[in-house]
Amino acid sequence: MTALIIVGVIVVLLILFVIGIYNALVRLRNQVDNAWSQIDVQLKRRHDLIPNLVETAKGYMEHERGTFEAITEARSKAMGAKTVSEASQAEGGLSDALSKFMLVVENYPDLKANQNFLSLQEELSSTENKIAFARQGYNDQVLFFNNKIQMFPSNIIANSFNFTARDFFEIENAEERAVPKVSFS
Amino acid sequence: MWEQIRANKRNSVILLLVMALCLMGLGYVIGIAFFGSKAGFFGLIIATAVWLVLLAVSFAGGDQILLAASKATPVTHDVHPQLFNVVEEMTIAANLPKMPKVYIINDPAPNAFATGRSPESASVAVTAGLLARLNRDELQGVIAHEVSHILHRDILFITLAGIMLGSIVLISQVFLRGMFYSSMMGSRRRYSGGSSGGGQAQMIMMLIAILAAILAPIFAYLLYFALSRRREYLADAGAVRLTRYPEGLAGALEKIANDPAPQLASANKVTAPMYIANPLKGKKQRKLSDLTSTHPPISERIRILRNLSRGASFKDYSDSYSQTVGGKPIIPASALKESESVEIRQPGAKPKKAASAQKQMRQVGDIMRRVNQFTFLTCACGLKLKIPPNFKSNKVPCPRCKRSLDVPKAG
Repeated sequence: MTALIIVGVIVVLLILFVIGIYNALVRLRNQVDNAWSQIDVQLKRRHDLIPNLVETAKGYMEHERGTFEAITEARSKAMGAKTVSEASQAEGGLSDALSKFMLVVENYPDLKANQNFLSLQEELSSTENKIAFARQGYNDQVLFFNNKIQMFPSNIIANSFNFTARDFFEIENAEERAVPKVSFS
Repeated sequence: MWEQIRANKRNSVILLLVMALCLMGLGYVIGIAFFGSKAGFFGLIIATAVWLVLLAVSFAGGDQILLAASKATPVTHDVHPQLFNVVEEMTIAANLPKMPKVYIINDPAPNAFATGRSPESASVAVTAGLLARLNRDELQGVIAHEVSHILHRDILFITLAGIMLGSIVLISQVFLRGMFYSSMMGSRRRYSGGSSGGGQAQMIMMLIAILAAILAPIFAYLLYFALSRRREYLADAGAVRLTRYPEGLAGALEKIANDPAPQLASANKVTAPMYIANPLKGKKQRKLSDLTSTHPPISERIRILRNLSRGASFKDYSDSYSQTVGGKPIIPASALKESESVEIRQPGAKPKKAASAQKQMRQVGDIMRRVNQFTFLTCACGLKLKIPPNFKSNKVPCPRCKRSLDVPKAG
């Protein structure tokens, strides 16, 4: 009788333990997904900001048609990207086009004094930062998740419920790695 | 990092338990001293009741009380887009479940704090002086420090420990004053009642109670301050990890330390540990040694930050701490189990030109007017008009060129 109770208690504890780990794994996986969607939200926001920025700047910079075309083209390429690797490459191209544009802006003091342009600039610069931070947050979450999956004892439960390790969001563009954002004052 | 939060939680629980024991012991001893040996339990219950009431109040609206006491005004994105964006950026970097509410304090002294019960219901407040002085990277460093406090659950700890400390101080003050007045009145009869042996025992208890009432608050203060100082280092380490840019926070701390503005008007001894840098600039602060200061010396914090050259992880910060300060490592070894390499990024913002004191004061004023919903108009002659929200007419003449300007209706 006592042996039965002891065995019963052990079984119940074991089940509770497994449930606890399983829930922790699900929570971590959801956090990874959430972090990924954050990156997506910010990328979309950048796409939305660009037409306004171009529209505002156009009146001041009539001789820079090539720069605008490069931005617009990079934007439509980024918006049309289907796979993750395609997207990260296209977004890298867009970042490059934008930073070139910002260098050109330095030559137009009238534009730099425009209140509307300044606030757009702050929004865009913040969005660039948010993309970088969202990527950083995503990678942090992936690290926690992967650690949990690969470490004992949670790896047993992870394996039996088909939790698979996620990939880090790496940047292919070496230049962007060094300077992760467009800089404004 | 989760290890870090867990270690913090454990420390908080230990501290709160020690303080609770302190509080209950105080109640017990006072109970015996006042009402005889059987009433110790009664005193204990009263002390706990006082604490529970204060705790309930602080849980229900402690953050609102603190924000109101600091004269902080809630702001929207349009009032200060940069501040709002930076808070949003740090929310994303820290993966907080919800963006903290943003407040601006109408004060020229640069400072900031975070409060709230949980990451879901947190608030961040910065002074107008801080916004006028810091560039974007420095502001980001300060906000990252505050967000780290939220992430490490320091805001709850500060609230709970502050309330506990307040209760202990309150009870011992009431007791000591009660003693003082009753001895003034000469009403000593109460203590000589009962058997003579019991009276003597009660006299001894009385002495113990007085001693406890004097020592308990000091003990609680020391515990509170020691732990809040440690948390400042941890929040600095967290800020570096979030921004990957130690120089931002270092620069901000330097500007805060060297600021000539008078001390923050709405801060006091109880709220001081909340702020990023000690808001009280008394002469006393220098003389009293490390034991009673709520914050580590700013120069030391800056030295640690500037010494970070290899990376921005917790491990790098801990190493830098050991190198510059020495002594026990500041971060529990359990938190450093996951070795990670975190690169330091390049500066983003251009340095803010050191504006003249007058210009800075004007910027502070502008930020506050925006918080108070003033309308800003720029006249064709270049003059900037600031129109208060209760301005009735829909036309205003420009004071310089006498042009009549339309006042947009506040929507």
